[in-house]
Amino acid sequence: MPQTGAEKKRKFRSAKRMREIMTEYYIEAKTADQTGKKVAWITSGGPVEPLIAMDVIPVYPENYGAMIGASHMGSDLCAKAEALGYSTDLCSYARADIACALEDGGPIGGLPKPDMLVCCNNICGTVMKWYEIQARLFDVPLFIFDTPFCHVDFAGEARRYVRTQIDEYIGFLEGVCGKKFDIDRSREVGRLSLKGQRLWQEVLDAAAHRPSPMTAFDAFFFLALIVTLRGTTKVVDFYTELLEEMKERVSQGISAVENERYRLLWDNLPVWYRLKWLSDTFAAHGACLVADTYTTAWCGSMKYIDENNFIDSMAEAYTRIYLNIGVDEMAKTIFEMIDKYEVDGLVMHSNRSCKPYSFGQYDIMRMVQEKKGIPCMMLESHMVDERSFSESQALTRIDAFMEVISQRGPRAGIAR
Amino acid sequence: MDILNEFIEVVGDPGAYARRIKASGRSVIGYYCSYAPEEIIHAAGLHPVRLFGAGGDSGIADRHLQSYCCSLVRGALAESLTGGLDYLDGTVFPHTCDSIQRLSDIWRLNTSHGFFADVVLPVKLTSESARQYLIDVLQRFGKELEAHFGLTVSEESLRSSIRTYNIIRSSLDGIYELKSSNPGILTGGELFSIVRASMIMDRDVLKDKLQALLRELREGVPGREGRGRRLMLVGNACNHPDVYDLIERSGGQVVWDDLCTGTRWFSGTIREEGDPVVSIADRLFERQVCPSKHKSPTARGEHLVAQAREHGVEGVIFLYLKFCDPHSFDYPYLREYLKDAGIPSMLLEIEDRLPPEGQILTRIETFTQMLGPETGVPLTGASRTGREG
Ligand code: SF4
Ligand code: SF4
Repeated sequence: MPQTGAEKKRKFRSAKRMREIMTEYYIEAKTADQTGKKVAWITSGGPVEPLIAMDVIPVYPENYGAMIGASHMGSDLCAKAEALGYSTDLCSYARADIACALEDGGPIGGLPKPDMLVCCNNICGTVMKWYEIQARLFDVPLFIFDTPFCHVDFAGEARRYVRTQIDEYIGFLEGVCGKKFDIDRSREVGRLSLKGQRLWQEVLDAAAHRPSPMTAFDAFFFLALIVTLRGTTKVVDFYTELLEEMKERVSQGISAVENERYRLLWDNLPVWYRLKWLSDTFAAHGACLVADTYTTAWCGSMKYIDENNFIDSMAEAYTRIYLNIGVDEMAKTIFEMIDKYEVDGLVMHSNRSCKPYSFGQYDIMRMVQEKKGIPCMMLESHMVDERSFSESQALTRIDAFMEVISQRGPRAGIAR
Repeated sequence: MDILNEFIEVVGDPGAYARRIKASGRSVIGYYCSYAPEEIIHAAGLHPVRLFGAGGDSGIADRHLQSYCCSLVRGALAESLTGGLDYLDGTVFPHTCDSIQRLSDIWRLNTSHGFFADVVLPVKLTSESARQYLIDVLQRFGKELEAHFGLTVSEESLRSSIRTYNIIRSSLDGIYELKSSNPGILTGGELFSIVRASMIMDRDVLKDKLQALLRELREGVPGREGRGRRLMLVGNACNHPDVYDLIERSGGQVVWDDLCTGTRWFSGTIREEGDPVVSIADRLFERQVCPSKHKSPTARGEHLVAQAREHGVEGVIFLYLKFCDPHSFDYPYLREYLKDAGIPSMLLEIEDRLPPEGQILTRIETFTQMLGPETGVPLTGASRTGREG
């Protein structure tokens, strides 16, 4: 079916550039053995800046997990992991990656082998177990960056502990790379990282405009760079362009969803294999998922970063990220987002893969209903394992939810 | 064996026992994890009690937790929300797995049992900085207890608690060793009750009873003959005493374990000299590791094989609660390590309830029957007293 002019207009021209950058990045990573660069596997919320400063190529199994999910290879790979004895109830990123690592399967023919593993547990305990598995498989050094959970605050002793680990981490890198850490270089990387995060936040902020120039599904796509290339000029340049494009869209009145009538907030990781379906299903109701808690997590702790003292302030910034805080703290972030993006409802993805993100959602939901008085719904899945997703059930729920939203009408007091 | 009967009775109704303690004027502090710094609670004159989340999985937990949450966490919350823990004056949550981490939040926001503390332990137990952090965290915990209950935890009381716990732990270790060398001396169900009771009873009373029981057992209770293949149980917390009986009826007997409610909980002794909090921290740092803590990528596999060899274990039963991430991640590699050591294993995954009896019996029987000819594995009498963590 030929695209209509309006549909074409809605496509992001930056998407092409983004694909190019990601392809370059993966080619560079996959040919590291020829260029003599070292490769580190690192968790998505891990402190990557010291790696960049050491010229190590960071590779993110979680970003790869998203690729697996989006390319519908998740079920198959997860099933392979199950045949090895891994329970179906485990994180599907981890299961898929474990299966890939053993057989070089998956998109782009598998990830390049790591020279070292860097695991930061600020997102979950799963990553520690997952990286232990890879440490046994690849028999390479493993550094665990341990960020104590902040139920209510970041205690003084935790601060000291994390700060000390930054030095230990640098020592680890110096050992594996056989060269000294360049502190000036790291300052520059830190500045770029912060700049990238600021730009990313601005990109996301654009969705506050009515109608929104982007959806959370676009954010899921454009997220890859702040995750994988944080601390480089590439990210800064790219998000600068993307921000331009957002501004243009706003000024030209291009909306991500035709006739946006309702605005929704998404919680938790995406359902990677049903992005388009979910996006279309909500759009059919005139609903735009304008923002989400997940992509915001990569700029949520910017407030703790001291531009002139990146290395020291990293301790706090990496410890107080969205998933490493108490349920009530998470709820506060959600309240702020509800107000900022003026949303009419909250869609919670109850993600069987991710217990730290999902347990507590019922409590948050009640708090949102009480404090913000907006409807909430829950959809259950395993973010890359398609076998757990029932389209018909999801459809019934979404229809019922949109019914409630439409009965209430779009948020009062807003001229349209 | 009056002591044994008393233990069995306590285990039958832990709440009743805890309420009696409370009635005697002592505050009761509950915990769910084997990393809880019990010695500090005890030194403060409070009574530590292990909670098992065995409140039955009433639907009330559904208001807060999805179906894909382990039965321990769900049961724990249900027990609190239905009023089953009305005797508590406080709860403490050592940081362990992702599920307990969130249970702690939900608990803090929805229950009211007086004192509440998160003890956010380090996850990696390898570096000096982690050890120092652990010491700091325990010190903070002591201060929080002092502030809430308006008391002082003196160095002397900490020392005395350490001595008490060392006796408790070495007695339990002694009883386990006896059971391993002479399995007929206690049934698996009895051993289960002894360990359970040790998590519930007044520790000062317990200390004497355990020593007395150990003496009695050593002096040779005319041993019932132990029959069956020598098995080891490995897993999280075990809430199912029936498992032992089922194993015994299927041609096996449990001679050792690596359970959260077994050796992992009581392994290791605490140094009696030096700063007591540092010594308590050092035991936690050194003891047999749980899968939610990191020592090395292979620490648990090596430990498991060593324990199995030491106790002439012929087969291992992994007894897991469904939806338990840390244990499920370790399972394939532990199974491989055992296999390489020539030790077969089987996995029994349970939700809140055991699968039908007939089904378990058949599965365990099949397992014990494929263990090959019985070698009669006599235990080579290496003396293992005073094992270090
Ligand atoms: S999806 Fe959740 S459990 Fe899986 S690696 Fe990410 S944070 Fe951890
Ligand atoms: S059984 Fe597993 S998931 Fe449940 S509380 Fe224990 S360690 Fe956590």
